[in-house]
Amino acid sequence: MEKEKFDYYIKTEKNSWEVVIGLEVHAQVISDSKLFSGSSTKFGAKPNTQVSLVDSAFPGMLPVINQYCIEQAIKTGLGLNAKINLFSIFDRKNYFYADLPAGYQISQYKNPIVGEGAVTLDMPYGSKKVGIERLHLEQDAGKSIHDLSPDNTFVDLNRSGVALMEIVSKPDLRSPSEVNLYVKKLRTIMRYLGTCDGNMQEGSLRADVNVSVRKKGEKKFGTRCEIKNVNSIKFMEMAIDLEAKRQVELLEAGKTIEQETRLFDTKKNETRSMRSKEEAHDYRYFPDPDLLPLEIKQSFVDGLKKKLPELPDKKKDRFIKKFKLTPYEANVLVSEIDISKYFEEVIKNADIKLAKNWIIVELFAVLNEKNLDIKNSPVSSKNLASLINAISSGEISGKIAKKVFEIMVETGGEPSKIIKEKGLKQQSDPKELEKIVIKVLGDNSDKVSEYKSGKEKLYGFFVGEIMKASSGKANPKLVNDILKEKLKK
Amino acid sequence: MSDFNKSSLSEIVNLIKSKKVSSSEITSHYIKNIEKGKKLNSFITTCFEEALKKAKEFDNKKNFNGLLPGVPLAVKDLFCTKNVKTTAGSKILENFIPTYESSVTHNLWSEGAILLGKLNCDEFAMGSSNETSYFGNVINPIGKDLVPGGSSGGSASALAANLTPATIGTDTGGSIRQPASFTGTVGLKPTYGLCSRWGIVAFASSLDQAGPMTKNVEDCALLLEAMSGYDGKDSTSINKKKEKYSKNLNQKVKGLKIGIPKEYRIENMPKEIDSLWKKGIDILKKSGAKIIDISLPHTKYALSTYYIVAPAEASSNLARYDGVKYGYRSNKGKNLIEMYENTRGEGFGDEVKRRVLIGTYVLSSGYYDAYYLKAQKVRRLIKNDFDKCFKSVDAILTPSTPSSAFKIGEKTNDPISMYLNDIFTVPVNLAGIPAISIPAGQDNKGHPLGLQLISKALDEQKILNIAFAMEKSIAFKQSLNRWWE
Amino acid sequence: MSIDKNQVKKVAKLSRISLDDSKLESLSKDLASILNFVEQLNKLDTKKTEPLSSVVDKTLEPRIDKINDGKIKKEILKNSPDKNEDFFIVPKVVE
Repeated sequence: MEKEKFDYYIKTEKNSWEVVIGLEVHAQVISDSKLFSGSSTKFGAKPNTQVSLVDSAFPGMLPVINQYCIEQAIKTGLGLNAKINLFSIFDRKNYFYADLPAGYQISQYKNPIVGEGAVTLDMPYGSKKVGIERLHLEQDAGKSIHDLSPDNTFVDLNRSGVALMEIVSKPDLRSPSEVNLYVKKLRTIMRYLGTCDGNMQEGSLRADVNVSVRKKGEKKFGTRCEIKNVNSIKFMEMAIDLEAKRQVELLEAGKTIEQETRLFDTKKNETRSMRSKEEAHDYRYFPDPDLLPLEIKQSFVDGLKKKLPELPDKKKDRFIKKFKLTPYEANVLVSEIDISKYFEEVIKNADIKLAKNWIIVELFAVLNEKNLDIKNSPVSSKNLASLINAISSGEISGKIAKKVFEIMVETGGEPSKIIKEKGLKQQSDPKELEKIVIKVLGDNSDKVSEYKSGKEKLYGFFVGEIMKASSGKANPKLVNDILKEKLKK
Repeated sequence: MSDFNKSSLSEIVNLIKSKKVSSSEITSHYIKNIEKGKKLNSFITTCFEEALKKAKEFDNKKNFNGLLPGVPLAVKDLFCTKNVKTTAGSKILENFIPTYESSVTHNLWSEGAILLGKLNCDEFAMGSSNETSYFGNVINPIGKDLVPGGSSGGSASALAANLTPATIGTDTGGSIRQPASFTGTVGLKPTYGLCSRWGIVAFASSLDQAGPMTKNVEDCALLLEAMSGYDGKDSTSINKKKEKYSKNLNQKVKGLKIGIPKEYRIENMPKEIDSLWKKGIDILKKSGAKIIDISLPHTKYALSTYYIVAPAEASSNLARYDGVKYGYRSNKGKNLIEMYENTRGEGFGDEVKRRVLIGTYVLSSGYYDAYYLKAQKVRRLIKNDFDKCFKSVDAILTPSTPSSAFKIGEKTNDPISMYLNDIFTVPVNLAGIPAISIPAGQDNKGHPLGLQLISKALDEQKILNIAFAMEKSIAFKQSLNRWWE
Repeated sequence: MSIDKNQVKKVAKLSRISLDDSKLESLSKDLASILNFVEQLNKLDTKKTEPLSSVVDKTLEPRIDKINDGKIKKEILKNSPDKNEDFFIVPKVVE
């Protein structure tokens, strides 16, 4: 089976160990205001300027839930093919920390807004389903800044109360690369839905990673450790690898794994126990008496469902069927909703085969190089379509098209104008071309004799000379026709 | 100047409206009373200058549109008042000056009332005698050595001593009705959700309700009307039209069915309480009400339920007092955790500590189901009892408290005997329904005793009317010789 | 179920309240008597009863997603026992 090539095991002299991973992804909800207050959620504001009396837990302050955040959670749930719970409860998770002003975080414990669902990963060997356990809404905490003073910690509550979705996977992941695909897939889905921007640098997406190991073939799960708050996909992969190896080492030395929370130290490249902190934790969840149960009508969920955009999996299937794309091409073109939109705009008026190649090869190279996303592409979908049409109609050759494209990238200009201004239009007048062919053949009469006596390789030489003489503009198809005709004689 | 000490809130409103007296005169009168009443220790903060300024402003630009035009009022120090220190009776908030106004007090000021000062209370409203306040215990004007009840003890004391024409308190397990009963005044705990909790220092969120404390039932209707109302800032606020309690106040009792729950006839109940209750029943009978024996079988579990639910919520509500954003901070401790522990250890009094610890314990892992969850289930049973009864009766009559005001220090060493004081008031909070306590007589020591009327949710008008009728028949008289002045 | 001095210490730690050793004894006794008192609930069979967490006969009423708060840094920091122009300041957090 091909799948085995992609299986990930930690092999030692004695054993082969399977790694079992579950993720708790914290995704910041896209909303203007916070989950329970009217302050802004905008990233990068000056410290404590986006804080209300509610966010800073002044005496007597009460939470009022944000309608849009509820919608965002439901939409995300629908995007994860999950069950939407029409009845859910907000609980308080109690613990003390400098950036948790109320001494509790409002979260959902026993009755989350979204229940079980699944996400499909495209593996090289086919597809793999990863189960979703639940999704719940909760508040983010503020930020403690430890490095501004040697004796003190500074607290900024701008983030305090921003809505997060915690998406908990089942322990279905088996390798760092699956985790990579899973997180990217979640991010793609949420970006399609407009529910989370997935910006990891700004902390909009981070994860707690649960890792355990077991001998290959073993059915029972091993004891897991939770690595807290990992904020990049690369770090997740590294942390899993390190943690799995640590556990294997312990187990092979005859020791046991202690269930605990660990921290990934990116500087020292190790995971480290946070036990000191853990010991005092007993979150004492109970329903928040300041809030009532959240009841949602099925008709409301159905209404949101109708308005959902086409999601990546469906879009991919459609692209493959309708546009005859390979799964790879389709995957690339649906990876971001804006890319798929761009692609579909281009092919409204242009050849599909040329379009997908130009986007995947030429355009992506430029975007990568310039570190731009497709929304800010210097080449608009309309201009790319015109360029492709110029190729299809024979106005310019593929080679010239690349020249035109370069200019489009630099100036953002329209291809027709560029072709005209730079005089790049293909030479397609048979009479003019015939003149050039006759001249080239006349200048090289010795080679013509050689060709006629059987040295057919020289054909390419003639074509090259003709193109040179036309400064690359000669229509290759016409050149072919005329040249063949002339050489017959 | 006439003797405003005999005037009720409604009378003062009428005097001001008929321009017989100015707001400034009335305000000065109460300020004088407050200054002479320091012995009672019922005030934590006074704001005389600001009050006189506001009274003058009112007099210069008379606006009689509000329900409480130019009327000075003192409020329990649990309501956050903008730019006026708000302590909740605790050291931990000793210097806290809110930048915001609670919705309920905001409603009062919108109706024309003027803030006189902030009234003493048990620390974070945890207590039944006003002996847990960091600012010292409050004296009951009824007698030098008596507690005024709690937690709205400062409110009850100030009202009974005429240091304010009316006041507002909060009631989590009886904190309005029990002190009202102890001081011969009227106190009403509204339906949960009728008055906004926004801006009130929270004790137990699912039980806390603000309510009026007044000299008579008419005042009570007026003040309830002024303070209540829907508030979008409180998710538990009930969205309904404001009732005109004063306008609709009447004494029609005829034909109403009044339930008498047998479970309130507790063991060792003083004879005086029992005969007071009988007196109430007789009055209602004479007025044409139908008396029906009812059963609230889970009553005996109410206190236990309350002493799990309330501390649990309190332990979480009080977590925000950590010395970071506001309030007291201990300067001891090398790191954050030590700072927290010392701040809270030094900032909270013993009763608050007891309740926070109990609350933490009953929520902690391994105990949650046995205590907290169990209590929430019993709470449903208690509510079901009431729901069932209100299918056949209009209101329920019970004593307000199992005894009259007790002596200062009498129960401070025994938390359970202190808690037992709330035995008749607590079930109402657990069920979220309204109840009013009215003075109904005196015991052999001359200490006032109250009767409690309970109705189903949002039936405040009905119990106000019944209380109004009973008040007339009882004709309770209390003359204090103002010994504290 | 009752509570001993060690449990009281543990609960105090969880509650972030420092306790005087001198008061531990009487406090433990108080807490034990309260817990003992509330234990009468165990006499009731509640297997078929759903817990009640709110007495209000309504469900959550959401607000619309609108920025109408914040931008009150001075107010927020005003009452803090230790702050500078921008931040709340607390003793060093030891991780």
